[in-house]
Amino acid sequence: MLRASRLPTPTQDGREHYRVEMPSDLSRVDDLIDVVVGCCFGQGEPSCRTRFRLCTVVAEAVVNAVENGNRNDPARRVTVEIEVHADHVIIGVTDEGDGYDTTTPPDPTTEDALERTSGRGLFMIRELADHVAFNDRGNTIWMTLPRC
Amino acid sequence: MAFSEQRDANGVVVMAVEGQLVVANRQELKQLLQDGLDRGDRRFVLDFSSAAYIDSSGLGALVSVNRKVREAGGDLRLAGLNEDLTALFELTKLDTLFTIAATPAEALAGF
Repeated sequence: MLRASRLPTPTQDGREHYRVEMPSDLSRVDDLIDVVVGCCFGQGEPSCRTRFRLCTVVAEAVVNAVENGNRNDPARRVTVEIEVHADHVIIGVTDEGDGYDTTTPPDPTTEDALERTSGRGLFMIRELADHVAFNDRGNTIWMTLPRC
Repeated sequence: MAFSEQRDANGVVVMAVEGQLVVANRQELKQLLQDGLDRGDRRFVLDFSSAAYIDSSGLGALVSVNRKVREAGGDLRLAGLNEDLTALFELTKLDTLFTIAATPAEALAGF
């Protein structure tokens, strides 16, 4: 069973900061999402729309980390960090890969791209999160979502 | 069991997706559709009334099976998408690729 560790906050501004790790095992993604939702909302319940957005972006980022970052190597881990603010959450997903080019993902909604069977994950993240950023290496994605 | 299969009186295969269509079960769906094509079935409804979530891998699997059914001269329709999933299809513009009905009954009536 996956568990999140609560980390000491670097400042006294009321933020809560959690970290959870999982092996590169796609069967654990649902467990991980439950843990992340729990960290973000505690005993509260997000709106259906927020829950859908949160679950979608986390799942897409984690599956991408397992498949493209860690190449499905079970010895490599995916680390998820969750920063909980009063009105938003920032979620970072890090793999142990070399990173990849995130600057110019092809648009999957053009007419000639609609029949493609892959290449929608990052697009969905960009559309559903309020803000998306990457580290320089390209193996961490940070996603900001509302907390409501 | 993520998928259950029925056949209506006119021989249309109605496949219900339970819970979610994601990277972990997309191959099962593709195989079930392929089995149907191999049996000679050509008309399919995928019922998402009991599904809450489709990830990008699941969308890719739907694109793949839709193409296979079309190439076999068949017709695949989607039904029962909830508000979030409808928004997801609109976001990805896959609503322009698929025939989508509000309910399985509506999808069946269109054949």
